[in-house]
Amino acid sequence: MKKVYIYKGFERFWHWMQALLIFTLAFTGFEVNGAYSILGYETAVNVHNISAISLIVLVVFAVFWHFTTGEWKQYIPTAKNLKAQAQYYITGIFKNAPHPTRKTILSKLNPLQRLTYLVLKLFLIPLMFVTGLIYMFYRYPMGGEIYSLNIGSVGTIAILHTIGAFLLIAFIIAHIYLTTTGHTPTSNIKAMITGWEELEEDEDNKTETQEKTE
Amino acid sequence: MEFLNSFKKTIIFLFVVILPITVISIALSDLFERKGNLEELKELYSKEKKKSVDHSKFAELQKNFESPHEVTAACLSCHTERGTEVMNNSHWTWEAEEYIPGKGVVYLGKKNVLNNFCTGIMSNEQSCNKCHIGYGWKDKNFDFSNQYNIDCLICHDNTGTYEKETGGAGYPPIGEFAPDYNYISANVGKPNKANCGYCHFMSAGGNNIKHGDLGMELLDCDKNVDVHMAQDGLNMECVDCHTAENHVMKGKYYAVSSCDENRASCTDCHDQYPHKQNKLNEHTIKVDCRTCHIPYYAKVNATKLYWDWSTAGKRQDGMPYSVKDSLGNDIYLSEKGDFKWERNVKPEYVWFNGTADHHLITDKITSDTININTLFGSFADKKSKIIPVKIHRGKQPYDIIYKNLLQAKLWAPEEGQGALWQDLDWDIALNLGMEYLGLPYSGEYGFIDTRMYLPKSHMVAKAEDALTCTDCHTRNNSRMKHVPDAYIPAATHNKTVNLLGILFVLAAFGGVSGHAFLRILANKKMNKNNPKNK
Repeated sequence: MKKVYIYKGFERFWHWMQALLIFTLAFTGFEVNGAYSILGYETAVNVHNISAISLIVLVVFAVFWHFTTGEWKQYIPTAKNLKAQAQYYITGIFKNAPHPTRKTILSKLNPLQRLTYLVLKLFLIPLMFVTGLIYMFYRYPMGGEIYSLNIGSVGTIAILHTIGAFLLIAFIIAHIYLTTTGHTPTSNIKAMITGWEELEEDEDNKTETQEKTE
Repeated sequence: MEFLNSFKKTIIFLFVVILPITVISIALSDLFERKGNLEELKELYSKEKKKSVDHSKFAELQKNFESPHEVTAACLSCHTERGTEVMNNSHWTWEAEEYIPGKGVVYLGKKNVLNNFCTGIMSNEQSCNKCHIGYGWKDKNFDFSNQYNIDCLICHDNTGTYEKETGGAGYPPIGEFAPDYNYISANVGKPNKANCGYCHFMSAGGNNIKHGDLGMELLDCDKNVDVHMAQDGLNMECVDCHTAENHVMKGKYYAVSSCDENRASCTDCHDQYPHKQNKLNEHTIKVDCRTCHIPYYAKVNATKLYWDWSTAGKRQDGMPYSVKDSLGNDIYLSEKGDFKWERNVKPEYVWFNGTADHHLITDKITSDTININTLFGSFADKKSKIIPVKIHRGKQPYDIIYKNLLQAKLWAPEEGQGALWQDLDWDIALNLGMEYLGLPYSGEYGFIDTRMYLPKSHMVAKAEDALTCTDCHTRNNSRMKHVPDAYIPAATHNKTVNLLGILFVLAAFGGVSGHAFLRILANKKMNKNNPKNK
C-alpha cells in the first residue's frame, strides 16, 4: 500500500461545494414544493435561486476543468468488470472478497460508478438545470414580452423538477453509503477531503507518488 | 499547511475571477431597479381642488323653486348639453347594450337584471328607484327622454343636505320637508364620496350590505381601511378614479355589465410594473393588483354574505318580527328571510377576463345552483387574471313547473296591495310580480340556491399590509386553493409524484441500511471464524 495524491485541489473544492449546494437546494427546494415551512417561503426561494446560479457557475468551471485536464475520460463507460462489480456489491462484499477493480489515478471509478456518474452528468443534472432555469425564467422578468419562453404552465416543469430532486436524493443516499465500501469505511471520504488515499501499488500510481514526494 | 496549499490555486481563482463578477453584478442589479410613479401620483392628488365657479352668484339659482324639476331646468339653462349626456349614462338608463357569448346582443341593466339581494326592481320601482338619478320612475311609464326628469342634485349637491324620499320614486320630499334648493344649488360641484355613497354605500337596503368594500365608513376612515380614500391620507374622491367624460363614468359593475370595456383599473394611474422586486411584477401577468392589495374587505362594518329568502313570511304572534346578532345586524326579518353577516372578510378568488353572463328571469334553470351572474375566465385564457370577489350566496324563489326564477312584488305603499314586505304572502307577491312582467307563473314555487359574484376593488390596503408570499404559497390554507388549473408553487403539488418520490427515497434508504446491516453481520461472523482475531 502506498499513499497516493488522487484528488486535486479543484476537484475536491468542486465536489464539496457541489455537495453543499445540492444539500441547500434540496432543503430549500422541498420548502418551495410546500413539504414544510422552515426558512419561510420567500427566503427559501431566494436561497434556492442563488444556490442554483452558484451551482451552474461551479459546474461550468468543473466541465472546463474536466476537459482541459482530460479527466472527462474517467466517465467513459466500460462493460469490462461491470458484472463483476455488481456481483461484488451483492455477494462478494459479505465474504470479504477483493474489489474486482483497482482504483488508480487514471481510473478512479469502477465500471458501476462510471455508468452512474455518466447518467448523473448527462441526464439528471441537465434535467435539473433545464427545468430549473425554465422554472426561474418562465415569463420572466416581464411576462408576455419574452415570447420564446411563453410556456402555458409551469406545472409540468415543476413536476419534472420534483422528480429529478427525488432521484438526486436517492443517488446521494446510495453515494454516501457506498463511500464506506472502500479499503476502510472512512478511507474514501478522507481521500476526498485531503486528496490522499492509500492505494495498492501500481505503475500508474507510482509515477504520481514519485512526483509528489520529490 | 500542505492541506491548505493544495487548495491554493482554487482560492486564488475564486478571488480573481468569481469575486469581481459577483461584486459587479450586485452593483449593476441596483441600476436596473424599477421605480414606480407613486411620488408623482401623491403630489398630483395632494393638490387642493378648487371650484372654478361660484354658483351662489348666479341669478337663475336665486329664484323660488317650486319643484325639483325647476332646479333641473335652471341647471340645464346654462349647462345646455349636459342633459343629453346624462341621458346616455347608465345611471339614467339602468340599461346598456351588452354582448354575451351565447346570448348575443342584449340590453341589460338594473332595469331588468336580477340580483342576489333584493332580487329586482320590476314592480317595485317606486321604492327601489329612490336610487335612480331621475324624478318619478315609479312604473313602466317613466319618460326617459325628458331631460327635466333628471335629478342633478343627487350627484352634485356638495352640502350633504339633499336627500330623496323613501318610496318616492326618486323625488326628494315635497312640501314642508323639501330641500333648501337655493342653498344646495349655490353649493353644487363635482360629486364627492357622500354623493356617490348615498346610493352605492347603501345598496341592498342598508350600509355596506351589498358590496362590503363600499360603506359609510369610507367617509371617515384611516389608511388601514382604504389607502386612497383615507381622511388621514390623500382623501381621494370616487371620481378621481371613476373619471367621467361627457357624464359617462369609467368603471364596470359586473352584476349588471357584461363587456370588457370602459373599465377603471389600477394601472390607469399606477405603473404597470410598480414593484421593486421583479418577481412581484411578474405576478401581474396572471394576478390582478387587487388580489394582493385587498387582503380584507368589510373592514369596519359587516357585510351580508348570505340571504335566504325561503324563510321570509314567518310571523310571531301574528306579527312580523326580526332577530339581531350581537353586533346589531339583522339575522332574520319576516319580510326578507335569513341573513349571514361577516366583518373583515377574506375575499374568494376567481379567474376573470372582464366579461360576464347574467341569469335572466326568462332563462331556464338546469342546475341545483344558479349563478345569478357568471364571471368568465380561466387559466388558459391569456386575458384572464385572478381577482378577489365577494361571493354572495342565497336562496331565491323559482317556478317549479316552468323552471325559471321568479320576481315577487316586494313593496307597495300600503298593506293589502299584495306586496311581500307588507303582506308576507309569497304566492300573491309572486303572482303580482310576474304579472307585472307579463311572464307566466305556474303557481308552484320553490327556492333554489343562488350565487352572485362581486369583484372587489375598494378598501385597498397599505402596501405593507398586502398579501405576502405565504398567503398563497403554502400547502395548507392557501388563498388560491380554490383557483383552478394554476400551478402555484407550495400550494399545488402532484400527490402521486410526491408519494412515489418519498417511497423511492425510503427504498434507497432501506436498501443501503439492509446492505450495511448484512455487512456488519458478515464481518462479525468472519471475525469469529477467524482464529487470528481471538
